[in-house]
Amino acid sequence: MAQSVVVQVGQCGNQVGCRFWDLALREHAAVNKKGIYDEALSSFFRNIDTRSGGDGPDIYKGKICSLKARALLIDMEEGVVNEILQGPLRDVFDSKQLITDVSGSGNNWAVGHKVYGCQYRDDIVEKLRKNAEHCDCLQCFFIIHSMGGGTGSGLGTFVLNLLEDEFPEVYRFVTSVYPSGEDDVITSPYNSVLAMKELNEHADCVLPIENESLFDIVNKIHQMINSGKLGSTVKQNSLVTSSAGSAKSVQEKPFDAMNNIVANLLLNLTSSARFEGSLNMDLNEISMNLVPFPRLHYLVSSLTPLYTLADVNVPSRRLDQMFSDAFSRDHQLIQADPKHSLYLACALLVRGNVQVSDLRRNIERLKPSLHFVSWNQEGWKTGLCSVPPVGHSHSLLALANNTCVKPTFIELKDRFMKLYKKKAHLHHYLHVDGMEQSCFSEAMSSLSDLIEEYNELDATKGGPRTDPSRLKIAV
Amino acid sequence: MSIVTVQLGQCGNQIGREVFNTICSDARGAHGLCSKKENESYHDTCKERFFFEEESEVPVARAVLVDMEPKVIGQTLSMAARSGCWKYDGHSHFCQKQGSGNNWANGYSVHGPRHKEAIMNLVQKEAEKCDRLSGFFTIMSMAGGTGSGLGAFVTQCLRDAFPTSFILNHVIWPYGTGEVIVQNYNSVLTLSHLYQSSDALLVHENDVIHKICAQLMNIKQISFRDVNQVIAHQLGSVFQPTYAGEGGLLYSRNPLGDLMETLVPHPEFKMLGLRNIPQMPENSLAYSTFTWPGLIKHLRQMLIANAKMEEGIDWQVRPPRLGSSIPSGCSTNKPLHFNTSIANLVILRGKDVHSVDLGSFWDPSLYTSWLNPQDAFHAWKTPRAFNKYEKSASLVSNSQFLLKPLDNVVGKAWNMFASKAYIHQYTKYGIEEEDFLDSFTALEQVISSYTIL
Repeated sequence: MAQSVVVQVGQCGNQVGCRFWDLALREHAAVNKKGIYDEALSSFFRNIDTRSGGDGPDIYKGKICSLKARALLIDMEEGVVNEILQGPLRDVFDSKQLITDVSGSGNNWAVGHKVYGCQYRDDIVEKLRKNAEHCDCLQCFFIIHSMGGGTGSGLGTFVLNLLEDEFPEVYRFVTSVYPSGEDDVITSPYNSVLAMKELNEHADCVLPIENESLFDIVNKIHQMINSGKLGSTVKQNSLVTSSAGSAKSVQEKPFDAMNNIVANLLLNLTSSARFEGSLNMDLNEISMNLVPFPRLHYLVSSLTPLYTLADVNVPSRRLDQMFSDAFSRDHQLIQADPKHSLYLACALLVRGNVQVSDLRRNIERLKPSLHFVSWNQEGWKTGLCSVPPVGHSHSLLALANNTCVKPTFIELKDRFMKLYKKKAHLHHYLHVDGMEQSCFSEAMSSLSDLIEEYNELDATKGGPRTDPSRLKIAV
Repeated sequence: MSIVTVQLGQCGNQIGREVFNTICSDARGAHGLCSKKENESYHDTCKERFFFEEESEVPVARAVLVDMEPKVIGQTLSMAARSGCWKYDGHSHFCQKQGSGNNWANGYSVHGPRHKEAIMNLVQKEAEKCDRLSGFFTIMSMAGGTGSGLGAFVTQCLRDAFPTSFILNHVIWPYGTGEVIVQNYNSVLTLSHLYQSSDALLVHENDVIHKICAQLMNIKQISFRDVNQVIAHQLGSVFQPTYAGEGGLLYSRNPLGDLMETLVPHPEFKMLGLRNIPQMPENSLAYSTFTWPGLIKHLRQMLIANAKMEEGIDWQVRPPRLGSSIPSGCSTNKPLHFNTSIANLVILRGKDVHSVDLGSFWDPSLYTSWLNPQDAFHAWKTPRAFNKYEKSASLVSNSQFLLKPLDNVVGKAWNMFASKAYIHQYTKYGIEEEDFLDSFTALEQVISSYTIL
């Protein structure tokens, strides 16, 4: 089985990452009753003998001794990482797999990318190599970061570049949190657009996330619970926002609920690679099926259900509702409406007690209301994993390569232009060694080109379908 | 003679296990409805064909399991062992850590050459365990990366290493509405390559089997396991021992050779479809009776009207009138939905099988003009009932059965190819646009050949 390494960069990256590891342990604990270190665990965790001080060889079989996350924690401030290392998860992280500094990046992409990138390059490469050495077969790097700040955005994309150079065969999945319109970081449009260029060029797949959407989902759940409409108690640990049952104590921080959603996204994404099922969907298959053209690798994700009621019996009506919800606007993790835009490809990863007939029935049902590009009318990739997430009997992750990401990018571009036209705050960037005005204009045109590619595809939507004529064979 | 089964990829391994299960439980079953001597002969022949008998242990399937990632093989091995009636050879499997990513090029150009030696060594070992080798039966899906790409490569290797053995590829046609987005590319590449090295392609369509599960078997929540069990039943009905020809005293020894001889007279025509009736839930069997004339009538009409299962057969379709002055090769007078055959094989199992009248299958109008029914139609029989069905009739047909599905797949793949979508994923591993064009050309040729029958 292949392994994956998580690289969490910056404050957001590390906070989300922390939730990911916590929930991953919870998920494996629920499945792995015997405490045996198995293939599923090894995809994200090493098993080491603590007596040899963590430097000894990994234990590949047998009982679980001490699990260590296959992770690299990077932050140019110490606060967040220190908190993680003093919290309940401190033993999960290898103390050598961190890179921290004290002063932070000042919300400046250039500082993160150019200054710290340069400074820590060798250190990062060495630690990545160490991580890779502990892997039997390294399949994928997951980068978690935000786009709007300095470290996650700048240093995060520097690491992305590095991964492509040093490990060209290994997939690079990036989970990027995009800033909202009311972001309190004024320079977030600069940081985001500069980072976008890197994502365009060096990532295999990007899962964009918007805080606004996460926030809306959290609110929706609170409303549902508090309004008493549900009529039945909700299973606490089934909430996509909850940390119940995990190592974290009850007192949750404000962003925890939102970060749990992203953590669940990553867990569901990798579930079929870790656990068995009747139709496996590995990570390399996601990239193969959902990326028809190299630059169009932005995947809109949605998770359902958001919670499960305590009733054990779930009639198939509920199951079908789960599929419908996955396509509704308010379940998407970015502010987008895929139903009214054009699908290039769509993947459905189902977990739990769902069979192929349920999948087919729902695809048939939903297909007519969705618009697929002319050359991919049946563009569905499906996966069935037998192991459901904690607290649920079944769940669905939908990944869409859909032109509905376009508005997000256009807005980003607009916000960028607003600042750039006035040259506001530009000097903070241009001061940095290696940064020039051309970096900005190149990043801008990279984003414009991307938007244009989506525009061209949108133009084909709803138009008359003329299939190309087939090859003629002389009889 | 023995058959070595090569199970490729997730689909191949999942189906393979069900096939061995079905064959083993049928052979051991007490539902034979025939004499003890007959039963023993059946049992022994079946054993020799598919299993290697070890001293005091359960029979070991003559199979090689191949997959690029370990989960499915692990499951397959343990489920077989748990059955208690048979198992796989613990060493006869090959897997890697990371799958082929649904990428045909990855399976064919990367994994194939890299692991050729290891895989062929396993095959050689299995072949050597056979007293006499009839040939190879490979099971794969067309939609994914390993079964399809690595499968095509392995088939080529088998042909090179065993030039005188028969190779029958069992190919699973994916659901029309996507299991894999690039399934049409993978299918086109697979079929065109298999056509070069294989002797025949026996096809099962997921959509068809799914319908059988829903409408005939009355299964509410259909799982892949259900689908695979129907497929295994249908395959078992072909591969279990039979007597070839009238008055045979011994069960036929060379199942694959016989199959090829009867069904593939011309290398341009290798696509075989399979129909098996009756098909119903096990608990309904006790309440149903069948007559041979009824079964034969249905089977024949299923052939003519290209019906996929016993329900919804179009009885309006009739064979064309022969004997008019129509030059051979001109098929314009045939009704459009009439299914013309090259060759047909009917396999009958069960009570009173010797009394069956198969005259309707000798009708020359069923067949293409360049073959006469004496050469084109064959029947195999055995009084020994199969898998709890008192009477069971199968039809393996080399006809226009698969013309429409083939045309569909090629059409969709071509449509996608015209936009160049996903091509970069294949060129990354060495499959270029020219390779695609070659494959398209080869398949258009096959389509054309079948169309003008």
